Amino acid sequence: MTLNELVIFHMKAFADLYTAIDETTKTNAKVAALMNYFSIVNEKDAIWCVALLIGKKPKRTIKTAELKSWCIELAGISEWLFEESYNVVGDLAETITLILPPSSQRKDFTLHQTMETLMNLDKAEDLQKRMFVQNTWEQLSTSERFVFNKLITGSFRVGVSQQLVIKALAKQYHLEENVVSHRLTGKWNPATITLKELLFADNANDDHSKPYPFYLAYQLEQLPEELGDINEWQIERKYDGIRGQIIIRDKQLFVWSRGEELITEKFPEFNVLVSLLPEGTVIDGEILPMKNGKPLPFHVMQTRIGRKNLTKKILADAPLMMMCYDLLELNGIDQRNEKMENRRKQLEKLLKDAALNNSQLPLVISPVLECKDWEETKKERSRSREYLCEGLMLKRKDSIYEVGRRKGNWWKWKVDALTVDGVLIYAQKGHGRRANLYTDYTFAIWDGEELVPFTKAYSGLTDKEILQVDNWIKKNTIDKFGPVRSVKAEQVFEIAFEGIQPSPRHKSGIALRFPRIARWRTDKSPNEANTKEDLLQLIESLKVR
Amino acid sequence: MLKFDRFGIFCEQAAVYIDPWKPVDKAIITHAHSDHARWGSRHYLAHHDSIPVLRLRLGADISVQGLSYNEPIMMNGVKISLHPAGHIIGSAQVRLEYEGRVWVVSGDYKLQNDQVCVPFEIVKCDHFVTESTFGLPIYNFPVPKIVHDDINNWWKTNAEQGKNSVIIGYALGKAQRILKHLDPSIGGIYTHGAVANINLRMPENIDLPETKPAFDFIRKETSGALIIAPPSAIGTPWLKRFEPFSLGICSGWMQLRGARRRRGGDRGFVLSDHCDWSQLNIAVRETGAENIYVTHGYKSIYAKWLRDEYKLNAVEVDTLYEGENIEENKPEENEQAEQLL
Repeated sequence: MTLNELVIFHMKAFADLYTAIDETTKTNAKVAALMNYFSIVNEKDAIWCVALLIGKKPKRTIKTAELKSWCIELAGISEWLFEESYNVVGDLAETITLILPPSSQRKDFTLHQTMETLMNLDKAEDLQKRMFVQNTWEQLSTSERFVFNKLITGSFRVGVSQQLVIKALAKQYHLEENVVSHRLTGKWNPATITLKELLFADNANDDHSKPYPFYLAYQLEQLPEELGDINEWQIERKYDGIRGQIIIRDKQLFVWSRGEELITEKFPEFNVLVSLLPEGTVIDGEILPMKNGKPLPFHVMQTRIGRKNLTKKILADAPLMMMCYDLLELNGIDQRNEKMENRRKQLEKLLKDAALNNSQLPLVISPVLECKDWEETKKERSRSREYLCEGLMLKRKDSIYEVGRRKGNWWKWKVDALTVDGVLIYAQKGHGRRANLYTDYTFAIWDGEELVPFTKAYSGLTDKEILQVDNWIKKNTIDKFGPVRSVKAEQVFEIAFEGIQPSPRHKSGIALRFPRIARWRTDKSPNEANTKEDLLQLIESLKVR
Repeated sequence: MLKFDRFGIFCEQAAVYIDPWKPVDKAIITHAHSDHARWGSRHYLAHHDSIPVLRLRLGADISVQGLSYNEPIMMNGVKISLHPAGHIIGSAQVRLEYEGRVWVVSGDYKLQNDQVCVPFEIVKCDHFVTESTFGLPIYNFPVPKIVHDDINNWWKTNAEQGKNSVIIGYALGKAQRILKHLDPSIGGIYTHGAVANINLRMPENIDLPETKPAFDFIRKETSGALIIAPPSAIGTPWLKRFEPFSLGICSGWMQLRGARRRRGGDRGFVLSDHCDWSQLNIAVRETGAENIYVTHGYKSIYAKWLRDEYKLNAVEVDTLYEGENIEENKPEENEQAEQLL
């Protein structure tokens, strides 16, 4: 034990880090706060901090309802008053922190012991859980209680990206960022590994399942002409599925999502690849529902993605394939620093060879669009929806495969969103930054004489507009049901979205994909809003040819 | 004895309104914030210390009578007196007694002693009208001493880093409270015009540290200064002259993380001139009133709590009072800020 550990309060150090990150928007200040934290706490706390900040959360062992009731008991208030308070605060961990009576003692809790105790409560008796939580509350300061509650609820969202954690670790431990990035990916358990072991492992390939960090593109903001000679670019469609990596190593298959979740079991159709692809292969692509070589709408895949039990019928109704974009590893050798043209040639050859051995190969190569000039590219982009695509991908032919979201060599060029005008009919208070303001809206369209709700939307307005709408809602409420207010059907909003599907579950009979508010149409009256008929026609017109 | 009508809180027997939001013949004003002291009535009655600000805001030529605390007057058989509300300078609870029944309209109030205004006094009554701005158990304000120390430490740290400190609070009330507890040995203190304007109209005995007007601030020569400005100054070019600076916001709403982040300050200080949850509960119970009228804030929730928990006859009342509002500025401060920029 070092001198530092004797004098610091670990949970306070973690709470201070949280506050420091929370209170600034400046990247440098966040990196400095992280480095400071790594320098003062022990190795075990540091690894837990990294795990939590990059979104690796252990299984939750305490239910929301339990937490709530233990807080209500200590505070001596009624449940309805707790619920009203929660509606205003918009965050459970914070509500509990604010309602609990002040603590009487102070004790040091380390992050790793706290996390390990929480994990071990999995099979504990209710009483044991309650004792642990209430005792801990009584020995923590307010800011410590807040992070402790966050550790329990697992909703650990704070203004720090994985990239930022990587940056801080690289600076603190004098490593290259892409090295840190690779070592943080994949499967590792903060309870069984230390930060040094993770960062300084002799051989980063110890863990065969480990994916490469994904290379992500930004939306193209300039004119494509500004990218220069079209012959230097490879144009592909941007498919709408689950971006993932297929890994064959050590005679095993691993499938990773872009969110770095290991999702192998969800895709039994890929099992065959173990015998079809050579040892040491990593492919980057988009997992899509496909039949007869044609993509099916995204919602076809949604019906099976949450299921534990994949029956034959489900597999037959929603067959999945990977649309392959890139080759990251071949024969166990990292290909990322090769030029994309070369990687592409290797990928084509790999898939061709595999297809020779199996006509049902669940891999397809993402076709390259032959465009003579940027005008032609624009035409292809405008046809994206016919192919169930979100737009185009523009990739420089000589680009290497970079780490994280980068500008310059790869761009996504999405089509403009579809829009519909809806009438605001219900509102509810938001969460986090929008707590205590009415920011969660439900919109309706006309079905004959009746307004039927068809979508919710949370984002898209400016802070100023949010205040104006909030104010309007408070003055024009017709009725309240719990946290929801129904308001006069007067305000029209333009809703942008990426896709539209028939949906028997919704009263309106349709469901939107990625709805958000495009504009507040103060110039329109409610009777100018769209109708159900309009949307059904839109669905027809978008059907794949 | 009192009714809530479309002009405000009305005592028919005395033919007087309390804090009316439309012009009336006779108006008793609890305090000089614009949501309580509105323009256009023929005669005003208020505490002596409110009068200079009322004249500034409602017109130099208004007809206004001043009263001291605990100085009863009779109006058509109704005994009326003002009692300290502890909210801001000159703020008063209005006590009305007629035929043995006592009503108290508390306006805005707090139980914390801010050492600027006369502290709140419990007035026994049968009917108590209370605000509920922070009427939820999530609002538990820290001891003021801790907050004032935090402000001074923040200022000192900023000064050491060569930064100025801009602190935001209402021009009337909050600004003087902040000022009163600053440690002038840390650096120079400057005030926005709207704040300076109010400071000029404060009674002499409150003894505030010396300040300079913001237009005397010379960027090249000054660093580590503290500037007190109203909420309307946030996001305006006026602030640019103080760069580099850290922005601190003083409000009860700063207790909530969402509000802190939304408001975009570098630091939030939980400092309010309203009651928090426990202060409200203490005040309501100690008045001994059986009938409680809950106005601006979480009124339906707080009234339900009073009925459920203390078995009081509590009802919610619609008024146009706003309480503490950091999302929008009090309109008169906006106007003054614009004139003074």
